[in-house]
Amino acid sequence: MGLTLQSFPAVAEAGAALTAADSRYLGGGTLAVRATNEGDVSFSTLVRVTDPTLGEISVNGSQAHIGASVTMSAITRHPDLAAIAPAARAVGGPAVRNMATVGGNLFAPAPYGDFAVALLALDATVHFSDGTQPIEAFLAIREMLPRGRIVTAVSFTLPPPGTFRFRKVSRVKPKGVSVLTIAAVIGEKDGAISSARIALGCLADRPMRAKAAERALAGKPRTSQGIADALKVSGDGTSPITDAIASGWYRAEVLPVHLKRLLLE
Amino acid sequence: MAKVPVQLTLNGTERAEFIDGGLTLLNALRDRFGDTSPKGGCHQGTCGACSVIVDGDLKLSCLTLAETCNGAHVETTAGLAADGIQHPLQRAFLDGFAAQCGFCTPGMIMAAKALLARVPNPSRDDVVEAISGNICRCTGYEPIIQAILSAARSNSQNAA
Repeated sequence: MGLTLQSFPAVAEAGAALTAADSRYLGGGTLAVRATNEGDVSFSTLVRVTDPTLGEISVNGSQAHIGASVTMSAITRHPDLAAIAPAARAVGGPAVRNMATVGGNLFAPAPYGDFAVALLALDATVHFSDGTQPIEAFLAIREMLPRGRIVTAVSFTLPPPGTFRFRKVSRVKPKGVSVLTIAAVIGEKDGAISSARIALGCLADRPMRAKAAERALAGKPRTSQGIADALKVSGDGTSPITDAIASGWYRAEVLPVHLKRLLLE
Repeated sequence: MAKVPVQLTLNGTERAEFIDGGLTLLNALRDRFGDTSPKGGCHQGTCGACSVIVDGDLKLSCLTLAETCNGAHVETTAGLAADGIQHPLQRAFLDGFAAQCGFCTPGMIMAAKALLARVPNPSRDDVVEAISGNICRCTGYEPIIQAILSAARSNSQNAA
């Protein structure tokens, strides 16, 4: 069966084309074209949007707005996004980063989707042509979006300096697929943790919050002793994936180790 | 099935071909444009053997649809030698035994070319990062890293 590419200048027209059951959205190609190369015949039409505004980044004060077609490379190069650049740099090698988009990363199944883990820690908002949704709610239903609904952008408040932490653990250096990925925004005041938002990748089939650990960190000093309770409950609610990279058991075992390193670094 | 026209500048030469819809740039280059220098390894975006430069950016031609490259400038290793003279990267790879079976070499060289265009005097870490999306199962990488550093040095000596 052949594959047809349909290009549209506007999101609305592409949305209409995506109502066809055999269609799929094409971002950077690292998920959709890979699927076709692997023999996925569940779709025969790829739909893309050429609207250049989807490839724009704007930062006003502490508010960042990143179009869905923005690539990981563009994020790593943007002077106002240096704080979150490590999360974009963690995605693939240089060629993948020149292709992989923010919008695609939101849909990437574990063990992929490292940038979406960061966006979850940042409490990002996902934008569609007809509204917005908090990222946590979006991730929960991302496969069940109405046909034709297209993610156009994400927005979030840039983390205050020194509060954003990110770690991707992989077996191959310098680059490899994720064993697990952790992103956290940790606020501190008067020697104690005043706010904590921790997101985990590969500890479920999609990025998830470590809410028990977040609660256990509240009011504690960021020391080995202070974070001990949080580490004990860091795996609460997780269902780590098992794949060729690591077993679910292994991922669960090493989560507290890497979370500790992330919190204390 | 209807053919789709694709027009691009391949290694400095304007080319046009009719291709099947949904054809990857890798397959279009190899089967329609006659440039077999990019290699098809994994077709999953993992091995980097198909790496080419599209409008100045390193891309994986196996995951790029040829139709999306309409009007683009595409560079492959086939276009590196000029008037029979090897490109400094090609020379350095040969001199440094950075190619054994050679399958990864076109992708490695294009990744290196993209790096040197951006960072003319890269550190070792820059080189390692630049080829982190390219897999070599022969050399152990060290000769490749050294070849790229050597090509960068010879470039800067020629420019001086």
